[in-house]
Amino acid sequence: MYDFDYKRPSTLDEAASLINEDSVLLAGGHTLLPTLKQRLAQPETLVDLSAIDSLRGVCPDGDKLAIGAMTTHAEVANKATIPALASLAGGIGDPQVRNRGTIGGSVANNDPAADYPAAVVGLNAVVNTNKRAISADDFFVDLFETALDEGEIITNVTFPTPDAAAYMKFDNPASRYAIVGVMVAKTSGGVRVAVTGAGPCVFRQSEMEAALSGDFSPRALENINVSADGLNSDIHASAEYRANLIKVLAKRAVAQING
Amino acid sequence: MPTVSMTVNGKQVSADVEPNTLLVTFIRENLRLTGTHVGCDTSQCGACVVHVDGNSAKSCTMLAVQAEGAEITTIEGLAKGSDLHPMQKSFQENHGLQCGFCTTGMIMTAVDMVNKQDNLDDASIRKGLEGNICRCTGYQNIVKSVKAAAQEMEG
Repeated sequence: MYDFDYKRPSTLDEAASLINEDSVLLAGGHTLLPTLKQRLAQPETLVDLSAIDSLRGVCPDGDKLAIGAMTTHAEVANKATIPALASLAGGIGDPQVRNRGTIGGSVANNDPAADYPAAVVGLNAVVNTNKRAISADDFFVDLFETALDEGEIITNVTFPTPDAAAYMKFDNPASRYAIVGVMVAKTSGGVRVAVTGAGPCVFRQSEMEAALSGDFSPRALENINVSADGLNSDIHASAEYRANLIKVLAKRAVAQING
Repeated sequence: MPTVSMTVNGKQVSADVEPNTLLVTFIRENLRLTGTHVGCDTSQCGACVVHVDGNSAKSCTMLAVQAEGAEITTIEGLAKGSDLHPMQKSFQENHGLQCGFCTTGMIMTAVDMVNKQDNLDDASIRKGLEGNICRCTGYQNIVKSVKAAAQEMEG
């Protein structure tokens, strides 16, 4: 790793005041530190958010669940009252990754194979920052790119409780990253189907949403032809394979919801 | 250089470190506790697992400064004098190691797993060990060791 300065502010305001174009925010560090080790980034300062208590915790708030940005995957897996979200968090990486990695870090990084983007988009969550609230559909922009402005800090993610939801993932057996992951949710605003791992960024499968709105059964997805255009192709899976997985996993998620 | 203070195996320690010093480097080179190993150095193999405030963590993927004020337990902190921890004893009795390089991380992960989960079966032990890699292909006896120790620890 190159040299850097390290700051651990105890308030959000102090953290915001330390951010500039040469600094980066440090959450759980499970993406940032490997990136720094490979010398793929050279920040002057790391601003560690771990001492800001208000950024941590799983808080039921009426029909919503607010999860602090610095809450670890393990805490979400153990405490989230939305079972599909708890199960998604419990399937991230390995126990040590879950003990350190955070929801805010994962969401801000927007790795194309990360699990949380599927939960945020599928459950129609709101990403709250120190400046504003950003809806899930506006938050994830492209590969590793989000709607966050430079220096904007995620404070929490608010999930409306769905009527029912399920997340199905075909994971890479070594990393547990999603080769494809699909969140299907019945929400107050209708059926949502969010897909991660398959493309450069999480996306909604609107054709499936429409089909499931009329007939919420695996059968309703049978005749949908998922195109491989624009999907990822790598040593783990071809675009065509991922396209097929989207349908397979969506059907499994619907089947699980229907019990 | 910032000063970092933490409790390691019950002892208060403090040192000046560069901010880019990894926790595992601090443990091995400053404290000379070399039971914690560096295997892959890329957060995958688990040879460097220690407990940070009661949770298993890969010390190659933490900065020493991130452990400011934390309670750290390494493999050296498990035995009471010459009395091995039940998990250590179980690895010994069940031939849960061959070359031994991954063993300290396996044991630290396993102790955390048993502390947090009851009634561990083979499948949940294997899932709990996903972050630890053994290249002697010794998983059968590792799982056996963890299972026997879990029974002993749960009494």
